[in-house]
Amino acid sequence: MAHRRRRKRKELFAQGNEAVAQGALLAGCSFYAGYPITPSTEIMEIMAQRLPRIEDGVFLQMEDEIASMGAAIGASLTGRKAMTATSGPGFSLKQELIGYACMVEAPLVIVNVMRGGPSTGLPTSPAQGDVQMARWGTHGDHPIIVLSASTVPECLEMTVVAFNMAEKYRTPVILLIDEVTAHTREKITIPHEDELEVLSRMQPAVPPEWFKPYAEAARGVPAMAPIGQGYRCHVTGLTHDQMGYPTSRPDEVNEFMTRLFRKIDNYYHDVVLVDEYCLEDAQYAVVAYGCVARSARHAVDQARERGHKVGLLTLRTLFPFARPAVERLCMQCEHVLVPEMNMGQISREVKRVNNGRSRIRTLNRVDGQIITPSEILKAIL
Amino acid sequence: MSDVTKLIHEYLRHNKKFPHVFCAGCGHGIVLGSLVRSVHALQLPKDNVVIVAGIGCSGRMAVYVDFNTVHTAHGRALTFATGIKMANPELNVICVMGDGDALSIGGNHLIHAARRNIGVTALVLNNQIYGMTGGQCSPATPQGDMSMTSPYGSLEQPFDTVDLAKAAGANYVARSTSFHANQLDKLMQEAILHPGFSVLEALTPCPTQYGRKNKFRHVVDMYNWLKKNTVKVEKWKEGDSRIPTGVFQNLDRPGLEERYAELRQSLQPQE
Repeated sequence: MAHRRRRKRKELFAQGNEAVAQGALLAGCSFYAGYPITPSTEIMEIMAQRLPRIEDGVFLQMEDEIASMGAAIGASLTGRKAMTATSGPGFSLKQELIGYACMVEAPLVIVNVMRGGPSTGLPTSPAQGDVQMARWGTHGDHPIIVLSASTVPECLEMTVVAFNMAEKYRTPVILLIDEVTAHTREKITIPHEDELEVLSRMQPAVPPEWFKPYAEAARGVPAMAPIGQGYRCHVTGLTHDQMGYPTSRPDEVNEFMTRLFRKIDNYYHDVVLVDEYCLEDAQYAVVAYGCVARSARHAVDQARERGHKVGLLTLRTLFPFARPAVERLCMQCEHVLVPEMNMGQISREVKRVNNGRSRIRTLNRVDGQIITPSEILKAIL
Repeated sequence: MSDVTKLIHEYLRHNKKFPHVFCAGCGHGIVLGSLVRSVHALQLPKDNVVIVAGIGCSGRMAVYVDFNTVHTAHGRALTFATGIKMANPELNVICVMGDGDALSIGGNHLIHAARRNIGVTALVLNNQIYGMTGGQCSPATPQGDMSMTSPYGSLEQPFDTVDLAKAAGANYVARSTSFHANQLDKLMQEAILHPGFSVLEALTPCPTQYGRKNKFRHVVDMYNWLKKNTVKVEKWKEGDSRIPTGVFQNLDRPGLEERYAELRQSLQPQE
């Protein structure tokens, strides 16, 4: 019997930002365009070093945040997996083109390492103030996927997930991490290529003369023809018909807009990721995300030691909002605590789905400091 | 079939609902015609040509032609073009922008594309006004001219596209007008072929918005104005108030995508 040697995986002691870059490369990212901004710069620096060394890899330092988005979308249209990373002020600047990417259904990953805001705010301190902006930042009604990560290994994992979702659903995906997660160093294990599921966008299966670039498709996600392969499509930020040409006919506009939403809504259970911890018998629940989820986990352990039935729901997908999981929680627990480093952006969502079943409490901190386990524990007890 | 009809059938999209958006007398169609003739003369495969357009009247040019076409956001055409060219350097990327696109909201991208020397052809259709939004003052509106937002005459000094592109380091800089269609064709072909970043400014009349507010009673007056007020750069002397046309800068530096390919090559592990 052939003996298969256990392959050793590469291990690194890395920052969250480094893990994001590693994850992107594992997911097949071959194009990065960015602009330096604290605290996300390390992602850019690593990509600058790594991308020219891989086949067809392109790294560009653009003149501003808007240009970075433009270049990344352009590359995505040629069939590349593209990424850009930024932080608060840069994320504000990118908003218009995030809407463009939604409109033309360009797969793209945008990483926002959240820092204290508004404006220049606290460039080197953590915050979670960009949660609702990630959902509603660009103008017009649009669907979007917003993910988060609370540990360094999760940064790697969620970056791969972000690329996969972007490719599968032809949509920009926003990955929100915070300054603490981005700069904490932890051990990460780099998985082998065959251990990872890496998805790529669907290519047209018909010849150019039959191809409709925005046609109704089974999953609501049309195939995408890369520029330069004979399909010669039109891509526009104007509302377009199935051929991609501008239209203002109400029936065509309605068909397009509803498909845009449906392609994500229909796959809600695939898109919404949560971690449940000690929730089976919980009477008191904490809902958290990002670095706060980490403090919360510690607080839950301490509370359990003291005999309190406390559980934790960590949101890995922030939007679409994990309604079923939170609703279940609100049915089960008398109290739900939502600690977050803003004035209550996810607690709004929790309150929205609660329907008065549970008492929702918030724990907010906006001074650029993390929420500690003891603070959460104090709020629970 | 006449040559023009053949070109129309070959290069315009049959499945796009015409009529086009351009007003009577607009010069944009002449520039688009020149673009099609140039692509045809250079025998570029249609699959390899990418037209990246901004927003405004000029932005609408992309949808009519049977190439790979991208209608981007206002001012950002060059950023998309940069991404496309770097991701696939085999493509002929032509960026179509108006004066508002290229000089105002996208001014930063223009000078940086020039500095970066990305292998893209930037076509700036300068009609000295914001046409699509209804005739507002642009950074190319001459001082003293009227517009909806300069009802007492513009106080600001306009940008000169050619000087700006030259100073920013574009490889190839040229200017023509939609009156001088033959010269425009010639310069367009040179601009498309030239390695690195090339800028071609085409002065085009906007009778509906600019002409109406600036005492041009007929469309023909505007074309006559272009004829009378331009001169070949070779004949132009310092102090001449006419606008020089022709080639202003012709450098031979490799484009960014070529330099990037060299870098990638040099980083390959040596056997």
